Amino acid sequence: MSQRVSVLVGTSKGAFILDGDAGRRDWRLRGPLCDGWPVNDISVEPGTGALLAAGSSPWFGPAVWRSDDFGASWTHSSEGLTYGDDGPKVARIWNVTGAHGSVYAGVEPAGLFRSRDGGRTWEHVEGLTNHPTRPEWQPGNGGLCLHSIVPHPDDLDRMWVGASAVGVFETRDGGATWETRNRGVRADFNPEPNPEFGHCVHKVVLAADAGGHLYQQNHCGVYRSLDGGRQWQEITAGLPSEFGFVMAAHPRDPLTAWTIPLTTPDQGRLMPDAAAAVWRTHDGGDTWVRSGDGLPQDGAYLGVLREAMAVDRLDSVGVYFGTSTGQLYGSGDEGRTWSLLADHLPPIWSVEAAVVD
Amino acid sequence: MTDGRPPAVVHLPRSLVSLFPGTERRMEARGVTVAEVIADLDARVPGLGNRLLDAGPSIRTHLNVFVAGERATLRTPVPPGADVHVIPAVSGG
Repeated sequence: MSQRVSVLVGTSKGAFILDGDAGRRDWRLRGPLCDGWPVNDISVEPGTGALLAAGSSPWFGPAVWRSDDFGASWTHSSEGLTYGDDGPKVARIWNVTGAHGSVYAGVEPAGLFRSRDGGRTWEHVEGLTNHPTRPEWQPGNGGLCLHSIVPHPDDLDRMWVGASAVGVFETRDGGATWETRNRGVRADFNPEPNPEFGHCVHKVVLAADAGGHLYQQNHCGVYRSLDGGRQWQEITAGLPSEFGFVMAAHPRDPLTAWTIPLTTPDQGRLMPDAAAAVWRTHDGGDTWVRSGDGLPQDGAYLGVLREAMAVDRLDSVGVYFGTSTGQLYGSGDEGRTWSLLADHLPPIWSVEAAVVD
Repeated sequence: MTDGRPPAVVHLPRSLVSLFPGTERRMEARGVTVAEVIADLDARVPGLGNRLLDAGPSIRTHLNVFVAGERATLRTPVPPGADVHVIPAVSGG
């Protein structure tokens, strides 16, 4: 195997990189990077391999960090990453995703920004902010954050975003206009049982068949859509809890996905029964399989936040997740067995897997 | 007009200058207000202004600027040759 995997970890106290060996068994830790800034997300820019990190300093504000040498050196910028002097202040960057020849940043308060020069300068994607529902958007417990950016792999004008506690939107014209995509999703905290928006989506991911097949972990259940989010079907049955934050999809098999159920907010948002487990489906969510093999099964009061699960694209897909108490776990067999890759990290906010050819 | 005025002497925190390699913690800058002094700094260290200023514009919430020892806003006058200190708030954990 000539390909190696590096796991990119965003934490409350900087970014870290775990460089794996060819067998994904031994890992070498680098960090903290990005000057120890809180990092909500790290990703790899398609085409260039540059690393992009969503940093938000409590003193110096938000900026997107960029490394063209895989983490050895970094630059940063927030030029243009603003709603303007009369608009709300951008408090935090939650997601940074390269796609369609651009880099996109999802921010709090919820909105989308685009960079056409690799993150050096930014422009506001006003079409989303101009959606008629925007004046009524309300934050979830984590803030009014745009956390999921899901570009269509082939159609450069098509993209989905998810914002808490607003819901999913889709554009088919490159961001000029957006439509809500929440039909079929419960919003149990809302007096209106089937609102157009106001859904507490936690994570949206795209399945591998490129046809608008999506998975969603929501505050109120797990869902799939086969039509680009126009209609969602609940697939929570078989899971120990409807609540959770993460969702990951197999890079080649559209019917395989992973999630980590957590107890409900009033029960602490922890893995049920203090036993760590990842649940996977091989049939699009009709049934679920629990795996705790290699994970702590006693006294494990672990939480996993929305950006903190990722998959690589090797033949036996690697699955990785980080906890809010600083443990990073990985599986080299598609989630059947697990091992601890790193411990004693700061609270982990994001995990991404980069395949280095 | 700032021509002929002795420039302000700006003292920057280590955590800020580390973001801009090669930048010194003590810089001279011209301007008759704090806003102008920051604009002059930003002209020579592109991007530095965005780290100090939020939308509004306003000085970022957890930064404090002092002119000649007095807490300042962007509109505060900067006397010729004054010391301007940028100090991060003591916060976090």
